[in-house]
Amino acid sequence: MNDNRIVMPTASYAVTTDTLNLEALIEAVTSTPPDTAVAAVGPGGITSFVGVVRNENAGRRVLHLEYEGYEPLVLRAFERIGTEAADRWDVRVALHHRLGTLQIGEASVMIAAASPHRADAFAACRYIIERVKQIVPIWKHEFFEGGDVWIEGATADPDDDTARQDAIRVAGG
Amino acid sequence: MHVNVRLFARLKDIAGTGELARQAPPGATARTVWDTLVNEFAQLRDYEASISVAVNEEYSRMDVAIADGDEIAFLPPVSGG
Repeated sequence: MNDNRIVMPTASYAVTTDTLNLEALIEAVTSTPPDTAVAAVGPGGITSFVGVVRNENAGRRVLHLEYEGYEPLVLRAFERIGTEAADRWDVRVALHHRLGTLQIGEASVMIAAASPHRADAFAACRYIIERVKQIVPIWKHEFFEGGDVWIEGATADPDDDTARQDAIRVAGG
Repeated sequence: MHVNVRLFARLKDIAGTGELARQAPPGATARTVWDTLVNEFAQLRDYEASISVAVNEEYSRMDVAIADGDEIAFLPPVSGG
């Protein structure tokens, strides 16, 4: 039926001003990778996380957000986080983040993790969002009723092992 | 030597631009470049303890020696997700 469909490349890691699409991430974590061993065990479960723009922050009524990022370093940080997750759990992961102007309810970040076992998929997904908040060079400029403010969270330090251990603990090991 | 400085988020607002070309003396580190910027834009001093630095699109350290043509990015605390 779909013999003529165009197979689009599915990037595991992406930063884009386009609308995010969860199907693209699921495709990325379930498509057969070129280096798969013949006997490799396929996925038994896929978990996903979708972060969306909330209408409230710290008591302020949020109107919209503008995301800025240092794109080449964002992608390197994504690769680093994905490798950290795959070194710890039996997972394949995908991570996409949106930049630019986002309205309330729009998806800013999507994560997918596929694993033969659900526990690994859940843990990796949670770990990845925690690490995004720790070390990915992206910033939210919040426009709220009455003003605007740059949101500043964590000082980014990929080599800070305390932060990484925190993310592992939150993910449930 | 010449270096290209990148600033983001509030740092960019303080400096009024996200890209600056600056001179650095031989033996300069990322901190040398940062100190030059703080002299120029006093409000940047608020970020002294909380910035991260990237050199040529890789996370680095303030005490790392830099070279002619390097891109030095100063990053305020991040807030992605």
